[in-house]
Order: sequence, then structure tokens, then C-alpha cells
Amino acid sequence: MLDKLQNSRNALGLIFMLPAAVLLLLFLTYPLGLGVWLGFTDAKVGRPGEWIGLENYIFLATDSVTQLALFNTLFYTTVASVLKFFLGLWLALLLNKNLRFKSFFRAVILLPYIVPTALSAIAFWWIFDAQFSIISWALMKMGLIDKYIDFLGEPWNARFSVIAANVWRGVPFVAITLLAGLQTISPSYYEASAIDGATPWQQFRHVTLPLLTPIIAVVMTFSVLFTFTNFQLIYVITRGGPLNATHLMATLSFQRAISGGALGEGAAISIAMVPFLLGAILFSYFGLQRRAWQQGGADK
Amino acid sequence: MTPPFNRRKFLEGSAGVAAAATLGPAATIWAPAVHAQTLTLKPEKDAKLRVLRWSRFVQGDIDAYMVNVKKFTEKTGVEVRVDNEGWEDVRPKAAVAANTGAGPDIILSTNDDANLYPDKLLDVTDVAEYIGKKYGGWYPACMAFLRPDGKKWLGVPLGAAGAMLVYRESQVKAAGFDTFPKDNDNFLKLMKALHAKGTPGGMALGNATGDGLWCNWLIWSHGGQLVDANNKVVIDSLQTMKALEYGKELYSTFVPGTLSWLDPNNNKAFLDGQISITNNGISIYYATKNSPDAKLKEMAADIQHAPYPIGPVGTATESHLFFNQMVMKYTKYPNAAKAFLQFMMEQDQFGAWLTGAGAYIATPLDGYAKLPIWTIDPKNTPYRDAVKNLRPAGYAGKLGYASAGAAADFIVVNMVAEAISGSKTPKEAMERAQKRAERYYKV
Repeated sequence: MLDKLQNSRNALGLIFMLPAAVLLLLFLTYPLGLGVWLGFTDAKVGRPGEWIGLENYIFLATDSVTQLALFNTLFYTTVASVLKFFLGLWLALLLNKNLRFKSFFRAVILLPYIVPTALSAIAFWWIFDAQFSIISWALMKMGLIDKYIDFLGEPWNARFSVIAANVWRGVPFVAITLLAGLQTISPSYYEASAIDGATPWQQFRHVTLPLLTPIIAVVMTFSVLFTFTNFQLIYVITRGGPLNATHLMATLSFQRAISGGALGEGAAISIAMVPFLLGAILFSYFGLQRRAWQQGGADK
Repeated sequence: MTPPFNRRKFLEGSAGVAAAATLGPAATIWAPAVHAQTLTLKPEKDAKLRVLRWSRFVQGDIDAYMVNVKKFTEKTGVEVRVDNEGWEDVRPKAAVAANTGAGPDIILSTNDDANLYPDKLLDVTDVAEYIGKKYGGWYPACMAFLRPDGKKWLGVPLGAAGAMLVYRESQVKAAGFDTFPKDNDNFLKLMKALHAKGTPGGMALGNATGDGLWCNWLIWSHGGQLVDANNKVVIDSLQTMKALEYGKELYSTFVPGTLSWLDPNNNKAFLDGQISITNNGISIYYATKNSPDAKLKEMAADIQHAPYPIGPVGTATESHLFFNQMVMKYTKYPNAAKAFLQFMMEQDQFGAWLTGAGAYIATPLDGYAKLPIWTIDPKNTPYRDAVKNLRPAGYAGKLGYASAGAAADFIVVNMVAEAISGSKTPKEAMERAQKRAERYYKV
């Protein structure tokens, strides 16, 4: 029996896959399934709920705070991701050149990513403080403003402030990963194109970018996912304020589910994020990973 | 609208208070006649207790608490382990413990927690009544939180972290006020005068769980309320409108940036001398008094405290963070747990704890209002009556998931912030709050 098992490719395959499958089922599928289920119930923290169908979702669709949180999340994700991409790409291109102290700069670039999020969030909370902001202080000293900037007290200022904090934190991930991608591009392509008389821009457009797109696709998918589900920065800096102007879906979900005890409703907010996340992944797969692009061609 | 409780109601049936009336206030906690009733709880053999409590707000609290815990262990042989969590994290943990039937034996929780799972809590009526009778009677808010049916105690009240108006005496005097205003109209005049003098005040309008509670005072003092006694949402009202209009005038006197303020912001601004007045616990004064910094020590001498002014309703309408002590029904050692609460609430321990905490926790018992901690430093005195003047955040309705959820979702704070900052008209803000609150109170 044991011999038979050891010689069966199918049985062995199944056995080898089992630990991973158990882990996935236990720590990914079960919580996700439970979240979906809770979203259809009126469960409270510590109290099992009853099936209420789509009621949570119907309420959330008309709830002005949820609508605002959805807008904030989309705005936050779009602006922060675009900024992170361009800044990250720019940094990667710079670091890919033969600079002096290259290794030092590469290490420094990673610092924001290494600092625990909660700590960097506290630093930004001080930087943007209505009374103690170092930015306002410096601008005042330079005579450029005559009163402190209300970074976190005015809705649009607050949105851009938390985006700035997110970009600062997220750029290293994009930059270092794209740098790794850049280093996989063979110098012979650049040499060949230079012989053909290509300008630096043409080299970037027709050599670098197409060959970098698979990496860009992966990096930006992750970056969008991390930004869309961001929690810590917002929770520490604004707790969703002022006037809920920086509440993201994740922070609102926590506020309703854990602080407020409405587990069912909080789960529904979290599950409502899934279609947007799936959309981002699909865009990456079907948009950025097109083979024709990667081979320097156009869409057919 | 008749409030569900008032000062007089709590006197009913309270032998301790009756005795106090006869013997005079000073006799309340000392009189042997009142001590006559006894409660002897014998801890189970080999009992061990686990206590989950909110993390201290001031160091002296936990130091004094642990001294009492040690004394209890020495006296009874019962080992007690105390775990500390941030107060906002205690709620979900307590709810899960209650419903899974496993976890700490005793939980020190906040506000309406005991009303979320009343059938999972041990009946502690014997302890609560014994302590209440012995020490002058519980204040009305204690009954609202922990004896909702008027008979059974779901937990033993512990007190409240009082939030009072903390101000710089010199600046208030410079603004032309020798005494702190006692009514809303004069309070507004003071705030305007402080603003005109370039020494404005400020109160949190961000999603601040503790310091945002002043918004409840604003609404209640004008007669507005989130729900009526039948849990019907009534925030969209003429009274709320008046409160918001008053709030708009108040907001115009605030230091810039209060819309973003979370709980620590006002402390930082006050300690830095940027604001002359704010709402807070006694922790600002505690920090300055115990600071090695000479400048802060100097500030301590200038700090004064006052209760919130009385609005058009003509009575105190304060909102504070209330503390419960709950014994979980699943405990294997119910007698030991109740004996622990009894021990901790007895004057020798409770008095020492209040003193150690530097008056941070307001007394839930009328008798303990006579303890020296409240008068040894006159700046402590306003905090003494925090529980006495407290209304639960779910006023005037019943407490439970709806009141807890509505408070955690900052419905009132958001409404006030939207209306008084001019981001929405008062009417729009009220309508939004009404709709949001109806969702919580629909069941």
C-alpha cells in the first residue's frame, strides 16, 4: 500500500500540496468566507447574528458616510498610486545610473519602508499638527505665511496630507522593485539602440518601458492593493476626520465593526471593497501585462 | 420629557442616604449605624482571579490599584492577575469573553458595556447594595448604567474619568472674569473675551473618543437629545438647532485647527500655552504639578477647573467616561470575585486608590465625596461631582448596542462639527445625524 502510494505521482502530489492547501483554507478561505457570511447578518461583537440578506449592503449604499468613505478611498488610492509610480520610477532610473555612493543611496531610499507604519504616522501627525507643524513653523519663519496651515482640519488639506504621508511611505517599495526590474534589462539593447541613433527618451520609451511593464504590473497591483486597504496611517493621523473627510473603507469598517460593535455591517463594508480590489487586479493582468507591449509592439 | 432618573430618585430606597440625612453629611461614611449591615463572602478554596482593566490614564492610578490587589491577596490568599488594555480595546475583548464563556473573571469596562450582554454577567446585587448602603448611596448614573431594570445590579460602579473645563486663571481674569461663568450665556461671553484678548480656547471636534464628549453637553444643555426615553431618535429638533447655533458662536472663538483635534491635541496645546481653556480630565493639571520642568510647575499654579456651565435646561448636563466592574458569569470563583470587588470598594482601599490617582477618577458614591482628596487641593473639587452630574451618552434612552454603536460612530460629534464649522447648515447636519442614528436604533 505504502509502495503504491510512493509510486503514485497523483497521490504524492496531493500529499505535498496538502500543507499549503490547509494553510490557505484555514487562514485565507475561512476568514474570507466568514467575512462574506457576516456581511449578510446583523452580528454584533460577541453576539452571533441572524441572516438579514442584503440589508447591510442596501443601507450602506444610501449611507452618506459610507459613500464619502468610498469616494475618499478611490481618490486616495488613485492619487497616491499615481504619485508613487512616477516618483518610484524616477528614483529607480536615478539609482540605476552609475552614481557615487550608489549603495548608500539605495539603502537610504528604503528607510521610510523600514520604519514601522505606526511610528511614521505619529511623526506625520506632528508634522501636520495644527499648532506644532514644523512645515508651518518653517514657512512662518521664512515669512511666507502669516498663520499656521490647518493641514488636518480642512477636508481637502487633510486628504492631501494623508496622501503625502502614504506616498512618502510607499515610494521605496515601488522604487526598489522597479530598480530590480531595470537591472534585468540587458545593456546590449541600449547599445544597439544607441548605434541606431535613438535619443534617451526613445530608449526609455521603446526599450526600458516595454521591458519593465511586467514588473510595473506586479508592483502597481500590490501598491494599489496596499493603498486601497490602508488603515494605520489614517487611524493614527486623523481617525477618519475631519468631518469624515479621510475615512477610508478600512477605517470605517473598523470603526463600525470593532469600536461600534456592528460586526455584520463592518464586514459588509470590508466585503464591498473586494470588487474594487478585483478590478485593480484584473486591470493589471489584462491591461499592463499585454504581451504585445512587452515586445515593443502596439495593441492589435 | 421626563428624564429616566434624577437626583431625587436615587435617594429612594437608599438606607445610607437616609442615614446621611439624619446624621449629617460628615457622618455618612463613618457612622457605625450605617456600617451595621455586613457582607461576608468566603472565597472558594484555591481561587485565582484574572482581572482585565483599562490601562491607567495617570501612573498613580495603577500603582495604588496594585497595592490594593496585593493587600487582597495577603488577606485572602487569592492570587490575582491584572491585565491592562487600552480602554477602547477592552470593549471587544469583553464582548467576546462574555459570549464565548472564557476569559478574565472580572472586567473593568466602560460606559454601556454591561448592557450589551446582561445575561452573561454575574448578579452582584449583594455587593452593590452593601457598598451603596455603607457609603452614602450610588449616584443616579450608576443605576442607569448598571441597574437598568431597577432591581438587579449587572456590575459594581467604579466611577468616571471626569472631563471638566480646564483654564488659565490669569487669562480668564485678564479677560474680565473674576469668577468662572456658571451659565451658557456668560460662558460664551468669556470665550469671546478670551478670543479678543488673543488667548483663545479650544475643544476637540475631530473623532476624539474622550474629549469629543463636550458635544453631548452642548446638545443636552439646550434640551436636545439623541433619543427619547423610548429609544426614538429625536436629534432633529428645535432644541438641537438652538444648541448648534450657540455652538457656531462658540466655535468662532476657538483656536484654529480644532476640527482635526483628537484626544491628545488639546493637552499638547494647553501645556504649550497656546490655549487658555479646554475640556479635559485632571491629567493636564496632574502632568504640570508632577513635572520636573519649572515652567510647567508654574503653569500648575495658574490652572483652575470648573464644571460645564448650565444651559437653558437649568440643570447640569455633563458627559464623562463611566467605569464599570463586571464579574463574568462563567467565573469558577464567583465568591472570590465578589469579595475582590467588595474589598476594592471599601473605604481603606478605594480612598487610597482615589488619592493615588490624583482625583482622576470621580467617586460614584455620595459618601466618598467627603474624602480629603477632593478638598486637600481645591483644584480637585470640581472633578468630585462628575458622576453626580453625569448623563450616559445614550441619554435619555435605554443603553445597549444602539447607544454604544451611535457613540462609537461619532454621530453627535460629527453633527456638531459639521454644523458649527459651517460645513453644513445646522438643519442638514441634524437630518444626517437623525438618519445615521435611526439605523442604530432601528431594532
